[in-house]
Amino acid sequence: MSIILDKVNYVYSEKTAYEIQALKNINLKIDDGEFIGVIGHTGSGKSTLIQHLNGLIKASSGGIYYNGQDIYDSDYKLKELRGKVGLVFQYPEHQLFEATVFADVCFGPRNRGFSRKDSELKAFAALRSVGLSEDFWYRSPFELSGGQKRRAAIAGVLAMEPEALVLDEPTAGLDPKGRDEILDLVAKLHRERQMTVILVSHSMEDVAKYVQRLIVMNRGSILYDGTPGEVFAHYRELEEVGLAAPQVTYLMHELRKRGIPAAGTATTLDEAKQSILQAFSAKHGSVQR
Amino acid sequence: MLRDITIGQYYPADSVIHKLDPRTKLMATMVYILSLFLFRSLAGFAAVTLGLFLVILLSKVPFGYMVKGLKAIVVILLITVIFNLFLTPGEPLISFWKLRITEEGLKNAGFMAVRLIYLILGSSILTLTTTPNQLTDGLEKSLRPLNKIHVPVHEIAMMMSIALRFIPILIEETDKIMKAQLARGADFESGNLVKKAKAMVPLLVPLFISAFRRANDLALAMEARCYHGGDGRTKMKPLKYKGIDGIAYLLVGGYFAAVILLRRFL
Repeated sequence: MSIILDKVNYVYSEKTAYEIQALKNINLKIDDGEFIGVIGHTGSGKSTLIQHLNGLIKASSGGIYYNGQDIYDSDYKLKELRGKVGLVFQYPEHQLFEATVFADVCFGPRNRGFSRKDSELKAFAALRSVGLSEDFWYRSPFELSGGQKRRAAIAGVLAMEPEALVLDEPTAGLDPKGRDEILDLVAKLHRERQMTVILVSHSMEDVAKYVQRLIVMNRGSILYDGTPGEVFAHYRELEEVGLAAPQVTYLMHELRKRGIPAAGTATTLDEAKQSILQAFSAKHGSVQR
Repeated sequence: MLRDITIGQYYPADSVIHKLDPRTKLMATMVYILSLFLFRSLAGFAAVTLGLFLVILLSKVPFGYMVKGLKAIVVILLITVIFNLFLTPGEPLISFWKLRITEEGLKNAGFMAVRLIYLILGSSILTLTTTPNQLTDGLEKSLRPLNKIHVPVHEIAMMMSIALRFIPILIEETDKIMKAQLARGADFESGNLVKKAKAMVPLLVPLFISAFRRANDLALAMEARCYHGGDGRTKMKPLKYKGIDGIAYLLVGGYFAAVILLRRFL
């Protein structure tokens, strides 16, 4: 199973004064079970890119294939694709509309054509997996706090039981605790269900900590595509396009400059700790941890 | 999707029409609309057409872009034409069953269609070449005398400019919510009327909530910056007539005189 993008171009407001080329010749293969991070400056085409994955935006040119099937084929059922590739938009809590959280979460599976009972079972499972306390299930979504609303909205997408989950800045506007909870939830879904996850983010620390593969977008094109270690090794080039590497990466480069041979590719605190300890034990014999 | 709505959207370009004072453009638009209902002959029609297309050329707005705005009135246009065509009494040209088309009907229908199309095209030049801010500034200043009889001109203008400012924001918001619900498998297109109306609930509820939230935020932000209405409020860019406005007024006057003369003598 995979999603393949073949030479995808997208132009907003074609042939007017507002014409903008949002995507330029994007080639991408997303394999089953990958955890991918997408980073890029505002306006780099991240959001446009992910809306192509479930057919919400139709590419101006190029093709997109889900499990080998052309999604632009006239027989292809886009509605089904949207159930398989679950897309969580930025500020997803703004889409809640039902009288209770539970009814809102049922909306997705009902649209996929499941019976009322099946939909409710799926809604139960989804609400439980996002860790929203049962006290809130039968309340109005508007009585919930920001973080709770967001969980409810994510549950609304999960209840469709998608094969791939795409999240556009799921942590925007949350406090640090809420942010960690949402990201841990996403990581858990990937770990336990082998779900393909695509995470769009502004925070280098977040993506470095969670993702296996990192895609950097700049002005509608893919600038880098590789592991976080590989991508952040280009930290100077990233700065030139208005991005940065995680702070740990800078620390490691600084250490190397001062003659401490710590690995330069560390992107998370844990990796950095390991490589610094290794460097010390090589120099002074074994060091107690 | 919804981004493609063009009526009333400002189209940035560097043209003489864009540079005119909004009051001049408001005045000219009013004169133009009046002139549309004055012409009765082909000569008058020719004069109005000439005037309209000259201004369109000068405005540098692509003609195709303007025509897109006409889509919104297709239904009204059809109804008008059909009613005029069949219900005008006079010399019958063709008749079948109970319907008959008269010569007068044909003429009326034709002129009515042209008038409606010209009305939309002409007034869209105003909104296409004037930013909403300029437009309300122009209105506020033109209506200033009404302040004397206690018409809250500034408040009305402020309400208008906020409403205009919110149109693109709400369109964008609708687009976003629509996409979010589509991503959850919503279907806005298939089904009968009742089903379609029901399908709008997941769109309208979040939209209303967001509109209220935005209105509330805006009110707070205005309050926080000590907004207190129009009294003693100055402008960063006060409106000032320039040379081209004088020329424009002369041309508009000439145009109006020509249309009236043509109505009299041709």
